[in-house]
Amino acid sequence: MSKRIIIVGSGIGGTIVANGLCNILGSEIARREISVSMLSATDKHFYQPGLFYLPFGKFRESDLYKNQKEVLDDRIHFKVDPVTKIDIQDNTITTESDNIHEYDYLVIATGSRIRPDLIPGMKQSAHWFYDLDGARRLREALEDFKGGRVVINVNAPHKCPVAPVEVTFMMHSYLKERGLLENSEITYTYPIGRLHGIEPVSNWLEPEFESLGIRSETFFNTKEIVPSKRSIETEEGASLPYELLIAIPPHSGAQLIEDSNLGVGGWVPTDPQTLLLEGSNNVFVLGDTTNIPISKAGSTAHFEADVIIENLSALITEGRWAKNYDGKVFCFIETTDEKATYISFNYENPPRVGAPNQMIHWAKIGYNRLYWLSIKGLL
Amino acid sequence: MTKRTKIDARGAHCPGPLMELIAGLRLVEKGDEIEILSNDKGSLKDIPIWVQKAGHALGSIEELQEYYSIVVEKVKT
Repeated sequence: MSKRIIIVGSGIGGTIVANGLCNILGSEIARREISVSMLSATDKHFYQPGLFYLPFGKFRESDLYKNQKEVLDDRIHFKVDPVTKIDIQDNTITTESDNIHEYDYLVIATGSRIRPDLIPGMKQSAHWFYDLDGARRLREALEDFKGGRVVINVNAPHKCPVAPVEVTFMMHSYLKERGLLENSEITYTYPIGRLHGIEPVSNWLEPEFESLGIRSETFFNTKEIVPSKRSIETEEGASLPYELLIAIPPHSGAQLIEDSNLGVGGWVPTDPQTLLLEGSNNVFVLGDTTNIPISKAGSTAHFEADVIIENLSALITEGRWAKNYDGKVFCFIETTDEKATYISFNYENPPRVGAPNQMIHWAKIGYNRLYWLSIKGLL
Repeated sequence: MTKRTKIDARGAHCPGPLMELIAGLRLVEKGDEIEILSNDKGSLKDIPIWVQKAGHALGSIEELQEYYSIVVEKVKT
């Protein structure tokens, strides 16, 4: 009987796993010994890292997405039919159309979502760039902006830990280009006592922000936004007024995860080395979906996907475990004046930040295009 | 009854143990505890300072083999 692999979720992690399995298991799939299926809530694939360029006019909306079918290997059975329940005892998945799918191996890649609704006033008053509608609205707000107090307000947990930093730098460049810097003030807020969770990033940011005149507020945990006063009130008792508020809302995992009792907050308890659901030997979890305490970022999902492809292939064809995930993450950081830097780290080796340069910026711009090849497993 | 949730943040370089604690506190009820495990010595300093600032309560700090266990009680909703 053929082995059925089902992947739930069609973001970067799920897509790389699905395509990678087809690349390695082509013969077995041709002999119908293995089937690879993907169940998705959408027929579109978004390049999420492109979203934060959109409000600043540096990315075309049409370049943000492709049809999911276009980025998948033809051998994958792809269905748009949102999953409503995962039953890991029965090895079954139920979908919105009431179909029940049985699996031998399951890959959960359902990602995370923004939750501005968790902070009173945020949904009504704040802008953000973590989804397409939000990025569009922020673009409109920036087009109308004539100067004033801009606040970049970071809340936890959130995906892509360096994106708020990048947006702060881009905001500075944008205001400078439009001649609005003189009558504007940028303030960056962060929940803990420094500018970033990563100490080396924080140490690098302090003089960078200071040289650009960017203000910062630390120990800043948002309690509520008061639209009538245009102010942010904090748990620590502070109040910060704004004319333009760019929030990084707290995130949750997918509702499906909570509905299936697979993890509080939608985060699935996952072994940090094997990427197996804790206590399971046939359910893999990757990307934002896991509760592993590392960056929720596209590169994390990508490196985890590579490990899952190797292990799933080896388990099915040779009955052996291939390798463990070492916690590898790589993130570009766009700064100002068309420069960028990066951080790279794993469980054992902490990140360091190098001086930004134009070469790294162009590497990032190149990656924005090469992404579509990378998720097909061609890079 | 007080419920205790464990967060193993050993090897958590980004966004780091304290950010994991803040995220974890969102998911528990007032009066519940979080035990956070960290192998970052900086946690011994930055977690107690944040807990005090944010108005929660520090339960205990224990130095174990090559890592630290820090217990925090959620005092505010």
